[in-house]
This record gives sequence, C-alpha cells and structure tokens, in this order.
Amino acid sequence: MLHARRRFAGAVLLALALTAVAGCSNRVDSGATAAPTVTPAARGGTHTLRVAVVTHGAPGDPFWAVVKNGAVQAAKDLHVRVSYQGSGVPQTQAQYIDAAVNQHVDGLVVSMANPDALKASIQRAVGQGIPVITINSGEAQSAAFGAITHVGQDESVAGEAAGARLAKSGAHHVLCVIHEAGNIGLTQRCQGAAKGLSGTLDTLQVNINNLAQVQATIRAKLTADHSIDGVLALNPAVAMAAVAAESGTGSKAKIATFDLSGDVTSAIEQGRVLFAVDQQPYLQGYLPVQLIKLYHDNDNTLGGGKPVLTGPGFVTKDNAAKVAQLAKEGTR
Amino acid sequence: MSTAEGVADERLASSSVVRRLLVRPELGALIGAIVVFVFFAVLSPTFRSPAGIANWLDPASTLGIMAVAVALLMIGGEFDLSAGVLTGTTGLAVTIIATRFGLNVWLAVAISLVLALVVGLFNGLLVVRTGLPSFIVTLGSYLVLQGLNLGVTKVLTGNVLVGGLVGRHGFSSAHLVFSSSVVLGGTYFKVSIVWWLVLTALATVVLLRTRFGNWVFAVGGDQVAARNVGVPAARTKVLLFLTTATAAWLVGTITALRNTSAQADAGVGDELTFIVAAVIGGCLLTGGFGSAIGATFGALIFGMTSVGIVYAGWDADWYKLFLGAMLLLAVFANRLVRRYAERRRG
Repeated sequence: MLHARRRFAGAVLLALALTAVAGCSNRVDSGATAAPTVTPAARGGTHTLRVAVVTHGAPGDPFWAVVKNGAVQAAKDLHVRVSYQGSGVPQTQAQYIDAAVNQHVDGLVVSMANPDALKASIQRAVGQGIPVITINSGEAQSAAFGAITHVGQDESVAGEAAGARLAKSGAHHVLCVIHEAGNIGLTQRCQGAAKGLSGTLDTLQVNINNLAQVQATIRAKLTADHSIDGVLALNPAVAMAAVAAESGTGSKAKIATFDLSGDVTSAIEQGRVLFAVDQQPYLQGYLPVQLIKLYHDNDNTLGGGKPVLTGPGFVTKDNAAKVAQLAKEGTR
Repeated sequence: MSTAEGVADERLASSSVVRRLLVRPELGALIGAIVVFVFFAVLSPTFRSPAGIANWLDPASTLGIMAVAVALLMIGGEFDLSAGVLTGTTGLAVTIIATRFGLNVWLAVAISLVLALVVGLFNGLLVVRTGLPSFIVTLGSYLVLQGLNLGVTKVLTGNVLVGGLVGRHGFSSAHLVFSSSVVLGGTYFKVSIVWWLVLTALATVVLLRTRFGNWVFAVGGDQVAARNVGVPAARTKVLLFLTTATAAWLVGTITALRNTSAQADAGVGDELTFIVAAVIGGCLLTGGFGSAIGATFGALIFGMTSVGIVYAGWDADWYKLFLGAMLLLAVFANRLVRRYAERRRG
C-alpha cells in the first residue's frame, strides 16, 4: 500500500514536471499561434515580424549563448519575434530550417559550418521568398546560396589586425598556436597575422583536447628559442596555457589571443595577456535581426555583396574591466 | 472474460483482448506517441500539415532505422554503444573513398558496408568469445572508432569536414536510392522514411514469425537455458551485432549522401538516443523482452519532439528535459501496466 502510494506520488511529480514544461511553452507560444493567421504579404504593415535563427552551436556553448542574447535583445528593441534553435548536427540544423520555412517565417538567420548539408534547405527558403542572412561561418557560400548578406568576422582580416597590433607592441618573432589540425579558419588567422606582423611568424600545432600537453609544448618552444617575443593563441584556453607556460622560463614574450573567456579578461586586466581579438558574437545575433527588419520594412540591404564584419574588436587593458562586467550580463 | 475454471491447465487459459494488449511491450510507446502528437498538433497547425508531418518523420526515420536494430540486439540481451559513431564512420568512408580515391559512389557504399560488417563481427565475436559485457566491449570500439574517424579523416584530407560528393560517378543514382524525396500530394517525403517503415515491418516479422526471432528472445531471456535447448546462442548474438552494424551503415550512407559531405564527429552520442528509443518502445535493459514496433514509436516520439519544439516556438534548450521526462514516464507506465496485467493473471 505504502509502496503503491509512493509510486503514485512519483507519477504525480512527473506529470507536474511535464505540465510545467507545457505551461511555459504555452506562454511563449500564446502569440505564435496567432501569427499564421496574419497575411505574410503585409510588407511594412502592422503584423509582428517573425525571424528564425538556426545555428550550428550546440546548446550550452558560451559563444552561441551570447549570439542568442543579441538576437533576443534585437527582438525586444525592434518588436520582432525571434526563435532561436541550435544543433551541431548538420541534418538536424537542416530540419530546423525546414521547420522555419514550413512556418513561413519572415526572415531566416543561419550559420553555415557545413554549407553542403544546408544548401537544399536554404535554397528552399530563398525559393519561397524568405530573406536569408548567414552569420559566423559560410561566408564563401553565402551569396551563391541566395543569402542577402553575411554577418561575421573575416578570419584573415582579423589575423592581420592582430599581427599589426603585436608588431606595434614591439613583437618581431611570433609563435601562432594552432589548436585544431585542419581547421581552415585557424590557418587563415595565422596567415593574416603573418601579413600584419612584418616580422617572423612560426606556427605551432597542438591539440586543444590536451591542455597540459599544450602548455608543455609552448614552454619547450619558449625555452628553446629566446628570440620568440610574441605568442598568438587562437583560443582562450590555449592563451591561459601559454600564460602558465611562460612563467619561470624567463621569456618576455607578449601573449595575445582570439576570443574571450573570464580568465582571459582578468589576465588582460592584470597585464599578463596583451589583448584579445573579439569577433563580438552579440552583433552576430543582433545585426541580422535588425537587417531583416530593415529589408522587410524599407527594402534595405547592407554590405553591398561583401560581408558585414563584426570583428576584429579588441579587448585590451583599457576596456577589459568594462568588458568583464558586460560578459557577466551575457552580451560580450 | 473467460476464467480458468474447468480448464485443466492454466497455460491453456485464454486471456482477454484487453490483457493481451496490456502486456504488449509497445503499448506505452504508442500511447506516448499519440499524446506527443496531440500535444504539438494542438499547439501548432503547421505541425499537423503535410509539410510539417514530412518534417518530423525525417528525423524519426533515421533514428528509427537504428532504434529497431538496437531493439533487436537489446531483446537478445546485449548493447551496442559503438552504433552511433559507426554511422559517422560509414558516412566518412563513403565520402572519403568516393572523393579522395575517386571510386564510384556505389563502390564506396559497398566498401563502407564491408567496413561496418567487420566492426559488427568484431563486436559480436569479442562479446561471445570473451564473455565480457557488451557494454564494455562496444564502449571500447566506440572510442576506437571515434579516434579513427578523426585521425584518419585528418590524415587523408587535412580537414574535419569532407565534402564534394556531388557530381561523382554514381552519385545521382545512389542519392536517388538513399536520400531523395518522394512527392505525395505536393509534399516532399524523404525516402529514408520508406527504408524505416520497411525495416520495421521486416524486423517485426523476423522477431514474431521466425525461428531466429525465437532465438533472439531465448538468448536474451536466459542464455544458458537457451543453449541447453539447442539455441545457437553465439551465432544469434553475432548476427544481432551484424544487424546493428548494417543499420549504422544504412543511416551513415543516407546521411552522407543527403549532406553530400561528412563530419569527423558525426554520430557521437547518438548511441544513447537509440537505446532510449528502444527502451521507450518497451525493451528491457535486461533483455528477453521488447518489440521492434515499439522502438519505431520511440523514434517517432523523438522526431515529433525535436521538430515540434521549433513549431511550438520554444527553445531547443528544453528538448532534452522533455525527452528525459518522456523516457521516465514511458518506462514507468510500462512497468505499472505490466504489473497490473501480471497481478490480474495470478
């Protein structure tokens, strides 16, 4: 009897949990169900614009959480309705895009880490007259697939700016640490940095999945070659490994990095890291929603066939404290 | 309802239709699928439109193909944790062989099948020869495959994403068979849905109407007893591992041809989804009980949920919570129903 009652209590708890999920869905959806009844052709009319953001970011990835926050804030500011979905699995991302197209959204924002897998779905959206904006990755294919513009960071341009900045701080011999073999974006960053540096740039291949090994390899390199006066990390965790690797070697190499983390911003504040190249993910969420709104209301496009660059922005000692505060609020 | 009175042997007592239905393993999953369908259909008109249905049948189909094979294996008393990564391995094999070695896509697909069967044979033989739990054996092959996928792909292509299948010899015909769409009343349904339905039917017939099906239940229920009555337990289990490997090959091929590319990290983590779908479908973790149709309903729940969440306008962040709750609820309902049915019988 007691046993049965406990079982029943468990069932009630589960049912409650499900109702809670259903409840919050209802709240979110209360407007959404009304939307399809409004004619989508009301260009410049009064109906609330619906924008679907579908990225390749896995749920829980801090970078994409900032992108999403940007999109959500744009929705609030512009009185647009935004839905955000993300999956690192290409066919799931394609299915999410299909779902948005089936709902006849007024605009689609897509990141294309695997353009081939998304091609059919994106072209279907374009074919149905839905304006598409690509963000973050897939710049090369963006126009060919029919997107109206691309919002992101050009890796070569960002690398060049980082190289120039290192040169300005007196670096002549820089070690560019590549943490993922075969990642084209990382290679482009190093190539750009070499261009901006006007000095010597060596690349060092490490594996991001073994940070202890990364640290040991960088330390070995710094100890072996005292002419190295700069380290360019392409990932915040690698930057922190470089900071740890440098201590005790007597090396005076200046360390710079791509992308932000809490550790990196405080290391910048303390002067242990020179700067971080920030591609400003918030803008990659905010701007496309704004651009779709402008396209819808006023037939505007931006970029003129070139991508709209969200980076490189720089986080240095001057603004690190402020950025750290903003990062806590989820916008940097 | 007839009672056992007057019948000499209680095993001959006929049971009521209701009770026979209640002890079916797939009942919980069927009810779950109906509830999920009604839930999202009420929330969103698009979800119940033909385009919407085609949309959620698609993820259900590739998952369903795997879930059915995994269900058979689980009924046979074993796990295959390498099945998810193997879908990535086979997809990568097709893509790399066709694009880097320039072979006909069909030949690449065939070689990929051989690779999958080798993995299945390895898993099966290791499990039956060593007597080690399949959980451990396939966990090992899962890691080996994950490492191979990344390592081999990078060595051969210098990248983690291999593309360029379009336009290769045999691509269009292979694409037609594995990844095209069927037009029904103006709506495009992915051909993987056909594969899924055919395999579900096939698995159900094999399980319920053939000698091999009996063997599967027998080795999953009690391997020693099964062997004592002459069931070839080892052969049955190896065949089941070959089945999951073949299903992984099919899904990997479908995915690669559809994406016209393959990613080195594809399929990692999916193995648990297959098991969850099979368990929602009524399979017991201890083996000897379950059904193929149930696993298909489990996959249907997954497909409807993953796409339904988009239609409902809520965050995909909640997807896993919803599925977890579904899993617990389904297992719970299955157990309650079975206990109820068994108590009535006693």
